[in-house]
This record gives sequence, C-alpha cells and structure tokens, in this order.
Amino acid sequence: MGNKTPLFDKHAALGARMVDFGGWDMPVHYGSQLEEHHAVRGDAGVFDVSHMTGVELHGSECGAFLDRLLANDFSRMKRPGQAMYSAMLREDGGVLDDLIVYNTGEPCLMVVNCATREKDLAWMRGVAGSFDCEIREREDLAILAVQGPNALEKLAVTISESQAEAVSELKLFQGAWTDGWFIARTGYTGEQGVEVILPATDAPAFWDRLVEAGVRPIGLGARDTLRLEAGLNLYGSDMDETVSPLESNMANTLVLEGRDFIGADALRAQQSAGVRQLVGLVMQGRGVLRAHYPVYADGERVGETTSGAFSPTLQQGIALARVSRVSGDMSVEIRGRRHPVTCVEPPFVRHGKQVYKRKQN
Amino acid sequence: MAEFPTELKYLATHEWVKLDNGVVIVGISDHAQDALGDVVFVELPEVDTTCSAGDEVAVVESVKAASDIYAPISGTVVEVNSNLEDSPELVNESPYIDGWFFKITPDDTSALDDLLSAADYQAVCEQEH
Repeated sequence: MGNKTPLFDKHAALGARMVDFGGWDMPVHYGSQLEEHHAVRGDAGVFDVSHMTGVELHGSECGAFLDRLLANDFSRMKRPGQAMYSAMLREDGGVLDDLIVYNTGEPCLMVVNCATREKDLAWMRGVAGSFDCEIREREDLAILAVQGPNALEKLAVTISESQAEAVSELKLFQGAWTDGWFIARTGYTGEQGVEVILPATDAPAFWDRLVEAGVRPIGLGARDTLRLEAGLNLYGSDMDETVSPLESNMANTLVLEGRDFIGADALRAQQSAGVRQLVGLVMQGRGVLRAHYPVYADGERVGETTSGAFSPTLQQGIALARVSRVSGDMSVEIRGRRHPVTCVEPPFVRHGKQVYKRKQN
Repeated sequence: MAEFPTELKYLATHEWVKLDNGVVIVGISDHAQDALGDVVFVELPEVDTTCSAGDEVAVVESVKAASDIYAPISGTVVEVNSNLEDSPELVNESPYIDGWFFKITPDDTSALDDLLSAADYQAVCEQEH
C-alpha cells in the first residue's frame, strides 16, 4: 500500500479507480476519464494533487539561493505572491525537476513533483548549504486544483468571504495566503482556475463543498490529457536529467543573460551548438499517439514521441516529440505503419478551443 | 460487477465469441472494457483477411493503452463493425451487442469447444486481482 492523501476516503467513496503514482495511491478516474476531461474544458473540476510536495524556504538569503538554483529569474517576480515556473538543472544542463515557486516573502513557497521529492530535497539542501536558506518540507498540507471555465465562480461559494475577495483580486499566475490557505491562479490544464494549498485537516470538508457546488472530481488520467492538450510538459516523460530545457520547449522559462545559475554554462554551449527540439504533432488521420513512437521527416528517423494521447477536445491523436529537425513530410510509426502528422507549436488547446499553429520548417 | 453471459465462449485474453448461423462474432468482454477505460479508437482487420487462431487481428485503444485483439479461431474475416470507427464508445456501452469487432467464417467450428465457458473465464478474471 502506498502513501495516502487526506482525501483517500473521498476517492474510495466515489468509487475511483486507484493506481500507484510515485508511491501514492491516487485516483486515475472516477468512472469515465473522457467525461472528466470534458467537464474541465466545459465547466469545472477538482483534482487532488496532494501527492505533490510543498516546500518552504526560510532564511535571509532565499533570493540568492533561488538565483543560483533555478534557470528562471526569481528577481523578476516583483508582484507579491507572483508565481514562477522554472527548471532546476544539473551542471550539464539536464533537468532535475520543474517546479513552481511563489514570491510570498519569507518563508518562500515552492511546489515540486512527488516522484522526484527525495532527489529534489537532497539537491536543494546541498545548494542551500552556501546560503542562509533552510529547506523545510510541509507534509501537513493538502493541494487541490480547481480548474475550468466555471471554476472561479463555483469556487467562490466554497471558501470564506475574505478568501473569495482575495481570489477576485488575484491576477493570473499570482497567489496569496488568506485565513491559513494559499490560493493561486495557477494550474496544469490550460483553463481558468486555482490551485489551493491548505491544511490537510481542512481538505475533506473543502472537497465536499466543491462537489456540492457542482465541481466534478477529476482523476490523474484526465489530468494527463488536459495538460498534454495545453502543451505542458510532464517531468519524467517529456523531460528528465538527460535533456536540457532548450530541448524541452522551455526556452521561455530561461533567463541566461548576466546570470550564473547551475547549468547556465552548459545551456550557453548548447545554444551555440544547436540542439534537438520538443514539438507538437497532430495526426492527420484516425488513431492514437503514445510515448516512444518513432518520428520521421521525409522518411528519415528524426526522433520519437515523449507523450501522446487521443485528444478528447480535438478528437485526434496528439503528441509531444523530441526531434533533430522539422522538415518535409512528417510521420509517426504506429505498430510498423507510418502515419502522416502535422508538426505544430504547442499548446494544442486553450480555454476549450483549438489553438495550435503549424510549425514552420 | 462485470457481466459474463453464459451463452458466449471466451478467451483468457478477454475476447468473447458467439457462433451465429455458422459465423463467429468476436468482441471484448465487459470485464475487459471496464479495465481498459474509455475506448477512443479501434483498428479493425480488412474483410477477406484469413487468420489463424491466436493471430493479432485488431487493436483496441483506450485512454489508457493499446491492446491487441486475437483471432479466437482460424478462418476468414467476413464482416467488421464499421460503426466503431465513428463510435468507439460502443465497446464500453454495449460490449456484447453493439460493440462487437468482427465476424469470422471458421475453418472448423469444433475448435470453439476448446474455448472457455463463462464460469471458467470469470475465474480467470478473478485470479487477475
């Protein structure tokens, strides 16, 4: 038996199909992954993501620590509570993890992936040794994501008046502590919504209020197709320690100029040498794309898919693929047969609509 | 609970088989569709394909994974369920009626005797847990 989130009994009561996910017993769906996907694109859904790791940074040099640790530039986060998405790199530029850090002052709040938790904490503590910065894991917290076009409206009746007022004043990618809960307008779906970090003891009642307000419970299965449609990487699939952010469609999260973060020199060398790129693929015919299918350009193998799925919104097979070049007729091999694909720039879907553009050769 | 109609024969690989006027109809079991989750695509064989028992003749793709469908008996494919192209969800909604995959004219119907009864197949499914 794996670790259980504070909402384990809620998932069981709803008849969820449970799976092991990074050592945690998590709901993969509550009956229909497709219906859950459409609920988030068309209405509102709630995800239990309490398996993710909440970390606090304490000390007078947290800013300097983050400047050394992260490929994105935390000093640019001027607004209180502003969220920053960043890669954390090895010296050779390989991605140790991707994470969100919030400009909450001291302590600074960070959320990292569950499967990389121990590695991340050990790495961060190693780097923090040179700074007045202490890494504290918060295992007493639950994390819920409420996402969808009606998420904010339905959320408003499930939280306190002061929390609702705080949420109404948040800009995209900004969060705030109110009444002991941290609520941020972030997510992993390409829709409106929030992520709520709250005491584990408050989570079951909050969950119940959301469900009563008509917010549908969503499993990790739909979470994966929603994030893929939104063109958002999954650590361990689309990037890992063997690839850099430049090869992972994360160039827009890098600030290299005038900075000396871990991995910066390796990225500069890669920039001049040129690297593979992570692109989006859309099947032209019927079918489903999945991870590790070979990708061809004009008959020559140029890479492979890193994530793939049947897009419930587009009703087409879609994938992310790491390729050495994009040119001519692109195709993907499925069970020995090549199928034509269109190479696109992610995201595939935003706010319920197709948004992808064909990538120029 | 999954349904295991007693008038059908089964394979341990989760196909069901029904003999109907000398033609064998093939689909996947209720237990299998439930384990796969929402079906999003079905790749069917071409009509007139000849196959041997155990050949991979079709593929069912769910939100979770791609799974091979095996020919339960040697023979010739005479019809495929083209409704599954536009409505693969029929496999979930009606695994034993509207969600059938293909029909085979068997070389020898007596080979059906070697397949599993509903009770034996149910026992196979229970052992998986």
